[in-house]
Amino acid sequence: MIATYLPLVPQLILITAGILVMLLEPFTAPGRKGRLGQMAVIASALAAYSLGFQWNSTPRTLFHGMFIVDNFTMFFQWLFLVITAIAALVSIRFNQREEIERGEYYALLLFACSGMSLMAASGDLILTFLAIEILSIATYVLAGFKRSDAHSNESALKYFLLGSFATAFLLYGIALIYGTSGSTNYQVIRDVGTLPGQVQVTAVAGLVLLLVGFGFKAALVPFHAWAPDVYQGAPTPVTAFMTVGPKAAAFAALLRILAQALPAMADDWTRLLWAVSILTMTLGNVVAVLQTDLKRMLAYSAIAHAGYLLIGVVTNTGNGFGAVLFYLVVYTVMNLGALTIVLSLSRQGDKRVNLEDYAGLSRSAPFIAASLSVFLISLAGIPLTGGFLGKFYLFSAAVEAGYIGLAVIGVLNSVVSVYYYFRVMVVMYMREAADNALPPEPISPPVLAIIAIGVAGILWLGVYPADILNLASNSALTLK
Amino acid sequence: MGLHHYLILSALLFAVGAAGVIVKKNIIAIFLCIELMLNAANLSFVAFSRYLDQVHGQIFVFFVMVVAAAEAAVGLAITITLYRNRRTLNVDDADLMKW
Repeated sequence: MIATYLPLVPQLILITAGILVMLLEPFTAPGRKGRLGQMAVIASALAAYSLGFQWNSTPRTLFHGMFIVDNFTMFFQWLFLVITAIAALVSIRFNQREEIERGEYYALLLFACSGMSLMAASGDLILTFLAIEILSIATYVLAGFKRSDAHSNESALKYFLLGSFATAFLLYGIALIYGTSGSTNYQVIRDVGTLPGQVQVTAVAGLVLLLVGFGFKAALVPFHAWAPDVYQGAPTPVTAFMTVGPKAAAFAALLRILAQALPAMADDWTRLLWAVSILTMTLGNVVAVLQTDLKRMLAYSAIAHAGYLLIGVVTNTGNGFGAVLFYLVVYTVMNLGALTIVLSLSRQGDKRVNLEDYAGLSRSAPFIAASLSVFLISLAGIPLTGGFLGKFYLFSAAVEAGYIGLAVIGVLNSVVSVYYYFRVMVVMYMREAADNALPPEPISPPVLAIIAIGVAGILWLGVYPADILNLASNSALTLK
Repeated sequence: MGLHHYLILSALLFAVGAAGVIVKKNIIAIFLCIELMLNAANLSFVAFSRYLDQVHGQIFVFFVMVVAAAEAAVGLAITITLYRNRRTLNVDDADLMKW
């Protein structure tokens, strides 16, 4: 009997650890709050370990179809746990330096992680809605965690207002889909299939509103306006977390809804997302070229990458979905890596994040400059890195499914992106540091280890992608 | 009063709320408009629930209320910190970051 609910153990670990962190916070002396961060890392590791037992078990559902247990869920939960652990680890030093050392931070990360995991596991619109909100409310607070800083306030305010605006659209979409299909359960909605005349029109309206809601959450053009401001103003570890975690979670929930609940409307959603994908890639890349603040540049690059990911969703094939999952892993490694370096080199109060500050970095910190170059090369999609193979699988899935135009636009966009990624490398390697420049902050050993593992991971994914690729396509299988 | 009466009212409320979010400048007013949009969706849920003769939609409304309350708590806290630092409740003044 109890064995049935074992797949919930990772969730329970996350939530228990979150509550424990909150309870222990008042008893932890100032200056030792890093301990709570270490607790968050250990909890994530434990949860990831307990997930291992569920891998490859027969796909099934718990709580009348609410919670789906399959490899897709496990794959994403693993990814989210890794993201959370790394975000907690790199935050410890950063929070001390920025004087925002408080235990709630780590509790919020853990709660956000449980929200993301539920988004991937959800088989019911009610749970999807609740999971999105668990994640969103935690990230609103995280974005504004530097309470005394006006940039952080502004970031939180914009994220909050536009996030809840998006929630309203999402909810109205869910209401229309519920009304037309008579259920909130994905399987039941799927079985209802195509509806007669007028009712189908209402259902499509529901779908469009749902996509608007997800468009805001995943920062797709034309609903991306909040993203650069929020990513720039939030504390950098939170930015690193937000550009990968909630984005991957939004894609997980989107894939589940589109492929498992609404395959009957595939014609409508592929056409819509086709246009959104092109807009997102192009705008993200073109505007990124104009940026001089590295955090903001990476924010626009994150928008562009969401556009590439959409290509895989549009194909509506098992291969395409597998490519999305693989690319999400690669994207997580390279984006987290790049932002970890940006946050480690920055000085108190978000100083030293401008492009000019990276001049001469190859002299003062050769290892860091080389690592950042690897991440940027991978983000640009140059061969021998994971970024190249990820894009290759996405584009080839698009060609297979007959979306040749989409693949061509994707390739052209990658070419544009080379310009702004390589500009950073040019500044690092070919320009001398100004005389009055602040030296880069020394980097702590655990963060150095993370960076080294990230570099190794990107090269490994670029040379031997088979392991993770099999894992990704295996997990995407249950969708089709 | 049929189902479509309720749906039209709910669509109108939703549109008023959405327009308000775009037009209003005061953070609290924008927040109220978002609440209006959420409640428009709630109205649809309840109407559908009654029409389909099942309780799912009504249960969903409870969850939405809880979420809206949690969101209000966090949103007002964010608004207060902004007011402490900037002495303003106008969204147009929150313009430190652009392009």
